[in-house]
Amino acid sequence: MCTVCGCGGHSVEDQFKDHLKKTGKDAAHKPAPFAVLAEPQGPHSHAHSHSHAAGHGAEADSDHPHAHGHDHGHSHGACAHDIHLGHGPAGTEVPGMSQARLIEIEADILSKNNQYAARNRAALAQKSIFATNLVSSPGSGKTTLLVRTIEMLGAQPLAVIEGDQQTTNDADRIRATGAAAIQVNTGKGCHLDGAMVEQALAHLPLPEGALLFIENVGNLVCPAAFDLGEDAKVAILSVTEGEDKPLKYPDMFAAAGLAILNKVDLAPYCDVDLDLYEANIRRVNPHIEVLRVSARTGEGMAAWIDWLGAGLARKAR
Amino acid sequence: MHEMSIVEGIRTAIEESARANGFSKVTRVRLEIGRLAGVERAALDFAFDVVLRGSLAEGAEVQIFDIPGQAACFDCGKTVEIDHRLDICPQCGGTRLLVQGGDEMRIKDLEVL
Repeated sequence: MCTVCGCGGHSVEDQFKDHLKKTGKDAAHKPAPFAVLAEPQGPHSHAHSHSHAAGHGAEADSDHPHAHGHDHGHSHGACAHDIHLGHGPAGTEVPGMSQARLIEIEADILSKNNQYAARNRAALAQKSIFATNLVSSPGSGKTTLLVRTIEMLGAQPLAVIEGDQQTTNDADRIRATGAAAIQVNTGKGCHLDGAMVEQALAHLPLPEGALLFIENVGNLVCPAAFDLGEDAKVAILSVTEGEDKPLKYPDMFAAAGLAILNKVDLAPYCDVDLDLYEANIRRVNPHIEVLRVSARTGEGMAAWIDWLGAGLARKAR
Repeated sequence: MHEMSIVEGIRTAIEESARANGFSKVTRVRLEIGRLAGVERAALDFAFDVVLRGSLAEGAEVQIFDIPGQAACFDCGKTVEIDHRLDICPQCGGTRLLVQGGDEMRIKDLEVL
């Protein structure tokens, strides 16, 4: 690991070497003198009981020049037995206390969000609710698709959580159909997270066996990483957006279980190749299901309703 | 993509750990970030500066270990290492790869005082 810019280390040796070549800063880029994390307990013990193996093992295999800068707790110079206190990271000495400690965390960075998501998932499972997280870029037709879906579902109990940065426009459109909807405005936030959905669920009447639609903030990037407790992410892509979008924003399509290719009624006017759309989606995610739909004309909507019904049936079991 | 939220998650984890383990200063944070995690390194560094300011990890050295991407190839059935989601299989040239690793983001450990 380079101490100047943080490059290299840990099985990226080749990149590290490239980087040195490119920057021509060999002298400036030194391997870090990997800190001795556990200071000696007494004035003279060999301070080599550091967390060396874990972080350092991979580097030891590398063949780039790598001066090991371990400070041993004893020097063999003139004053081999001199005692120097207070030079550790804490700047002081407390008998029996090490100066620096290593706290093993080994936790997923998104674990907090995942805890909320797991709670949501458990709460929804208890009531056999099938939840979808609708993700797409702004303007792909998520809300129109939902309005049409709600009309087609008739008496099926359902509710909608609408995520946007601002306005209650979408929730108003959903409520106009008679369905229950809660708007979550994220302010500056670019995605919904597990905690927001938990809060929204507390305000939504959801009977046993209902469908829950979570319409995420229109954003083809960030919502991919945040589990909300849904059963499936549904990525919606309209034919006006361009066939290469799945390749440009692969994370979202990789995370989705179903892709809806929407506005197919516009395909003749957009010079697009629907097969190429589908091929690119599958290139990113070989497992994904793809449906061609026009929420406006109703084309393909029956297949989408069937897909929702199958999901609901799986949850009922 | 959402580096601010990620670093806020790290700050929360650090604060929880501080309560549990009784430390008052973090001098080093070590993370493992997969190559396919969708996290931009420069944006992450920026977020660290902003989000950790005023916390007990302000000024801490942040070390990031790179985790290679791993995928199973549908065509040749092998498990291969990849750098990007859209890489082709380095063994057989197949395009149908199912990502199996390298999208994780983990806090490995903290060096604390």
